[in-house]
Amino acid sequence: MAKFSPYENNGGTCVAVAGDGYCVVAADTRLSVGYSILTRDHSKICQLADKCILASSGFQGDIKALQKNLAAKELVYEHNHNKKMSCPAMAQLLSNTLYYKRFFPYYTFNVLGGLDSQGKGCVFTYDAVGSYERTGYSAQGTGAKLITPVLDNKLKSPNPLILPARDAVTPLSESEAVDLVKDVFASATERDIYTGDKLEIVVINSSGIHREYIELRKD
Amino acid sequence: MASDTGASYGSTLRYKSVERIKAVGKHSLIGASGEFSDFQEILRYLDELTLSDHMWDDGNSLGPKEIHSYLTRVMYNRRNKFDPLWNSLVLGGVKKGPKGEEKYLGMVNMIGTHFEENHIATGFGNHLAIPILRAEWHEDMTFEEAVKLVEKCLLVLLYRDRSSINKFQIAKITTEGATIYPPYSLKTYWGFAHFENPAQGAVGSW
Repeated sequence: MAKFSPYENNGGTCVAVAGDGYCVVAADTRLSVGYSILTRDHSKICQLADKCILASSGFQGDIKALQKNLAAKELVYEHNHNKKMSCPAMAQLLSNTLYYKRFFPYYTFNVLGGLDSQGKGCVFTYDAVGSYERTGYSAQGTGAKLITPVLDNKLKSPNPLILPARDAVTPLSESEAVDLVKDVFASATERDIYTGDKLEIVVINSSGIHREYIELRKD
Repeated sequence: MASDTGASYGSTLRYKSVERIKAVGKHSLIGASGEFSDFQEILRYLDELTLSDHMWDDGNSLGPKEIHSYLTRVMYNRRNKFDPLWNSLVLGGVKKGPKGEEKYLGMVNMIGTHFEENHIATGFGNHLAIPILRAEWHEDMTFEEAVKLVEKCLLVLLYRDRSSINKFQIAKITTEGATIYPPYSLKTYWGFAHFENPAQGAVGSW
């Protein structure tokens, strides 16, 4: 008799890349269970504030609950402080929300992207229980281990011990960063069974938010 | 929406005339597979929900999207308490919205995974029916075309799923309301040459 498991992995990959004045957040739209595809058109991306986007992969029940939870907390913040939450503030809130369920975790692998209060791109990467770090780029989910080495090769910042200190955000232009993201997803789709169908790319910059969809392999 | 009318108890075909699709409110249909008693419990929750919705008497009524959202929360919260309602639920409906008639079809399972699609199946249907639906479904099918397509899927499931029986019910929801048609059977063919004299090439006493 199989034991009831409260978790399942619905697969998928999320990536974010920060630039000077923009941030690219992307995730595939495939929802899987076991060896089946439930739907090819399911968004993993949620806009939490006007300069803050969350992409999550993992167990979809927990993803939706987490995103709903954060959106509600953001609204309360807006009512209390009379302004929308900044991306670094949301980053801390997400970490706290995840750790709150440290002993029955949200099975979610998150990447938070947006612009900080200076208008510079920021990316925050998380594990399932809220440990987080601000970085220049990140990948999470089933395709992450295929994508991260490529991003490291193209975007990795120099050793933090070198002086003068150099920026973690990429010097690439916005369109170059978007092209890189498309390329890494095409590669991940080849070898990861849970990644594919469609790619949703969201770009935040000073003029607002722009969404784009491109087709990926459906096998 | 279509289902067979059987409900098994392990390997026993315990109940043969079970209605697994029910109307909810004025705009939706709910179909369930899995634990039938949990489905009956869910119908009680939905009765309470639709009753309080009706008592508001504000000219508004819950549409399929809202019912799906409610059920998702119920299923997810029970899963959080490690006491799930052991069902896969299919929620479909049509409601007049600001952009005209908005149709909706979605699914939620026992741990709260949920999504919206143009075609949904539960259990073995995911493996046998969905490929057929993905190949042959298209926008603006007539009701007759849809029934034919669904019957094609049900027939495959009848042949290949051990727990299905040859007694089906079709349900339809439109802006006029819900109709659940009486049960009927599909024609099957078993006259294959290899089924005749099956012991012919067998070695041994059996």
